[in-house]
Amino acid sequence: MADVDVLEKEVVEKPVPKPKEPLFSKKNRKLLSDPFDDNNPITVQVLGICSALAITVKLQPAIVMALSVVFVMASGNVIISLLRNFVPNRIRIIVQLVVVASLVVLVDQVLKAFVYDVSKELAVFVGLIITNCIIMGRLEAFALGNKPWRSFLDGIGNAWGYGIILIIVAFFRELFGSGQLMGYQIVPESWYLANGGFYSDNGFMLLPPMALITVGVLIWIQRARNTKLIED
Amino acid sequence: MQELVNIFAKAIFIDNMVFAYFLGMCSYLAVSKKVSTSFGLGIAVVFVLTVTVPTNYLLQNFVLQEGALAWIGPNFADVDLSFLSFILFIAVIASMVQLVEMLVEKFSPALYGALGIFLPLIAVNCAILGGSLFMQERNYANITEATVFGFGSGIGFFIAIVAIAAIREKIQYSNVPAPLKGLGITFIVTGLMGIGFMSFMGIKL
Repeated sequence: MADVDVLEKEVVEKPVPKPKEPLFSKKNRKLLSDPFDDNNPITVQVLGICSALAITVKLQPAIVMALSVVFVMASGNVIISLLRNFVPNRIRIIVQLVVVASLVVLVDQVLKAFVYDVSKELAVFVGLIITNCIIMGRLEAFALGNKPWRSFLDGIGNAWGYGIILIIVAFFRELFGSGQLMGYQIVPESWYLANGGFYSDNGFMLLPPMALITVGVLIWIQRARNTKLIED
Repeated sequence: MQELVNIFAKAIFIDNMVFAYFLGMCSYLAVSKKVSTSFGLGIAVVFVLTVTVPTNYLLQNFVLQEGALAWIGPNFADVDLSFLSFILFIAVIASMVQLVEMLVEKFSPALYGALGIFLPLIAVNCAILGGSLFMQERNYANITEATVFGFGSGIGFFIAIVAIAAIREKIQYSNVPAPLKGLGITFIVTGLMGIGFMSFMGIKL
């Protein structure tokens, strides 16, 4: 499994402490850019699919979800990275869960206070950020062995790599499924059959299985362009 | 009794964890290469869900809900701790998973070796926490119903993962386009299976 290899490699490769590395050195920028393509959490590492698919019916919840994950992931990575030398190995999973769960409670309460509608729509999936494998996966694989700043960049990078897939999938599902984007009508009303036009929405795009098939097709496109990712 | 059968069937077919809610996808995709390992993981998930959902049901009804603390005294009657539910649920789940891990290591070292890292990862399997959160959302009437719901969801996950593992074992002999091999085709097959499971949706229970 490709993702397991990646995880193990990163734990071993502890960065050699160098005096004065610039904040955005080449290596650090790679942490930000890698997750978008070569090391995307969803299409390559296969992490975080659980909550990713169910909330991609519309664009707005997908964006809110992406932002929440960016917040939880970046702060979680920094906190765990600060604690990494004090936490005994045996109880690290529980410590990680507690840190992530507290951050998610924060996000949940903020969403409830400011965007109640979206929070209702996301329902249990905000809580499920706790068990989003991508967060635990990056904490285990990266934050436990790296300094806070690098962990922060890794968190932002991976969370956006995850968010971007969410947004792409939601874009296509909302556009073809209900002819809208962010709740605004995109397909002209006069096109619809009801108004004497030729078009009708593909309600199938709104159903859960289409999320899987859309991601499958995305993976197909990505791997056709980036041949080194092909599995044998 | 009929109510229980309804909850059970509903949890397996209509509200299937994998096909209707995409929960537990990570382990579903990662452990489904061989039928034997997926069988083991399925059993572990069934067990953990059957134990954690009723435990969390008790927590929810006697600690967390608004007014749940009334049994301590009238002063506590209007305390609402439900914002703590994520943390408490996940703590229960993490400790239960630890327990299962010790049991499996003791009684079935072969299975323990086969499951490897995925056993501790059950703690972060979304299906498990999802089961508890759905239990909270749906307000089951008593603990028996909650237990049956947990067991049914587990069986639903079990069926899904064993089925996809069987399909993936067969698909190895097929001529899949190279970029679609492995992950891509698994996603699409899962989507098709989901469409199949959607045919249960029309059933009213």
